[in-house]
Amino acid sequence: MNPALPNSFRSGPDERGHFGIFGGRFVAETLMPLILDLEKAYADAKADPAFQAEMNGYLKHYVGRPSPLYLAERLTEHLGGAKIYLKREELNHTGSHKVNNVLGQIMVARRMGKKRIIAETGAGQHGVATATLCARFGLECVVYMGAVDVERQQPNVIRMEMLGARVVPVQSGSRTLKDAMNDALRDWVTNVHNTFYCIGTVAGPHPYPMMVRDFQSVIGDETRVQMQEAEGRLPDSLIACIGGGSNAMGLFHPFLDDPGVEIFGVEAAGHGLTQLHAASIAGGRPGVLHGNRTYLLMDDDGQIQDAHSISAGLDYPGIGPEHSWLHETGRVTYLSATDDEALAAFQLLSRLEGIIPALEPAHAIAKVMELAPKRPRDHLMVVNLSGRGDKDIPQVADILRGKKK
Amino acid sequence: MTTRIDARFAELKKQGRSAFITFLMAGDPDPATSLDIVKALPKAGADIIEIGMPFTDPMADGPAIQAAGLRALKAGMTLRKTLAMVREFRKGDNATPLVLMGYYNPIYIYGVDKFLVDAKSAGVDGLIIVDLPPEEDVELCLPAMQAGLNFIRLATPTTDDKRLPAVLANTSGFVYYVSITGITGSASANTAVVGEAVARIKRHTQLPVCVGFGIRTPEAARGIAENADGAVVGTALVDALAASLDAQGHATAKTVTAVADLVAALAQGVRGAKQAAE
Ligand SMILES: Cc1ncc(COP(=O)(O)O)c(C=O)c1O
Repeated sequence: MNPALPNSFRSGPDERGHFGIFGGRFVAETLMPLILDLEKAYADAKADPAFQAEMNGYLKHYVGRPSPLYLAERLTEHLGGAKIYLKREELNHTGSHKVNNVLGQIMVARRMGKKRIIAETGAGQHGVATATLCARFGLECVVYMGAVDVERQQPNVIRMEMLGARVVPVQSGSRTLKDAMNDALRDWVTNVHNTFYCIGTVAGPHPYPMMVRDFQSVIGDETRVQMQEAEGRLPDSLIACIGGGSNAMGLFHPFLDDPGVEIFGVEAAGHGLTQLHAASIAGGRPGVLHGNRTYLLMDDDGQIQDAHSISAGLDYPGIGPEHSWLHETGRVTYLSATDDEALAAFQLLSRLEGIIPALEPAHAIAKVMELAPKRPRDHLMVVNLSGRGDKDIPQVADILRGKKK
Repeated sequence: MTTRIDARFAELKKQGRSAFITFLMAGDPDPATSLDIVKALPKAGADIIEIGMPFTDPMADGPAIQAAGLRALKAGMTLRKTLAMVREFRKGDNATPLVLMGYYNPIYIYGVDKFLVDAKSAGVDGLIIVDLPPEEDVELCLPAMQAGLNFIRLATPTTDDKRLPAVLANTSGFVYYVSITGITGSASANTAVVGEAVARIKRHTQLPVCVGFGIRTPEAARGIAENADGAVVGTALVDALAASLDAQGHATAKTVTAVADLVAALAQGVRGAKQAAE
């Protein structure tokens, strides 16, 4: 691929970290020298075949890649339209796509000689992945998590602690993912000399959105090969849920320059788009937060609004900057699914395929239920099953038994 | 072009002393009390006034200043009202330099060009925007310079000699040296280490160098002011304000004096500094 091609959707960001007007490096001066070091360290690593080889070894033997591309026959039959394939990221070690990115970043941190790793987490999946790789490589690990999320994602809090990480409940603001990210940034500003900030999604200051996308692109790269093997051609459509947007970017990016591939991202519409939700593109506009310019939920004064989703991993008032750009260029279509739609999809997939999805990809499944019946039977649709539902079982059980809503 | 900030430093130089700079959050604990506090600052001994623009997600600030911002927002403070407050202050004081400090998003949403026009006409002299490093100068720094506002840059312990020129390039008014790697209200500044850092920055610039973050007491302010051209105190003032509030977080009869008394004590510390250093 020639990155200078004018019509490529894959060439971003530019050297200053911009995707169109989005992205950039909006951080405190204290962090700038480190961010410039990281940019250089990542460029070196990317160009180093030994780094790639080592990473591929861990991806295969530790993470368990490639993840299968599975034809969901019963779901396909039930919906009566497109042929639905699930990209099984939930089968990865630690139960979600998050581990792909964490492995990459921890290996960059090791190259930079950093011994202390911090992370923010919403659903806890990124925190668990980070705690896991820190255990594997003997690094100190501190995970910031909103107090609300600590409450609703208990199984993952326990997992992180068992892995030796310190979980810090964040009491400020809405006490969810956005606030966890603020506190992680505060820790980083304070301990910048020895600390590596492992960001969990395709957001934050450049080079994070690019670096995380690159590490997650293994999802789409495998999908291309696997679909060729299964059907002898590319898929017709791709669909993934969006919190910050890393599992979606990972699936989408390798297909952006294939005009025949329709692409859908699914935001969390919470109680509905006119009420509390987490759909930054549907309900937000461009602003600057957490180191980048992107679509954000905010009021007329530029104050950030609290997001809401049943799914802790989607409960974030922003989205990665590359998605904002893909939205404005029209290459990707952004839809949204409500809490109730996600719960229905959660149950449907569990019952029909024997796969309990996380609440996050249940949002993507919810839109598959809408889109697939309208497509012909030879339409090949890939949905990113970004994580498994173990972490959500207590929460969903409470809701289904009517204890809370 | 000489700004109020330039004029104030020239004046202080003649007097042979350093500046005492106060930071408080606009609209904390409510817009009316906040205006009263700002009006009281020059008489209490503030040479330059920094006013925080409240923001929901102040990633380089500690709990005290974050809470101040949230109190202000809850009381209905906005960027528009912050500018109105500056305008009110200017009716009674045309000399004290006033610097707005905060994060970029509210300005971006207000509209950069409109903000610069409104800020200038309200009587703002300078801007400190925490999340706009030199790499993003085209956003606000360069337009602010064109509009006749000083853009005051933060330099930090991680800003080494190689990077300093980039940080200083478009800075005017003064350089704000952040004495610690960390958030506001955390560690306290080490006078000797900060003194060396100030000397290092002064080798690269003619601008006054002021120091903030981690200064809480008159003694600490004095120690810093012996080497620097100014000492900035924020969290300690915000804490004094917070301690004066009632259980509901509302202002009391003591709120304005609680802040003014501490400002007076700190100003005494700074005023003692240069003579003591001689
Ligand atoms: C299983 C799962 N899917 C998706 C997400 C959303 O993140 P992203 O949009 O970065 O993939 C999360 C976040 O916690 C998650 O745990």
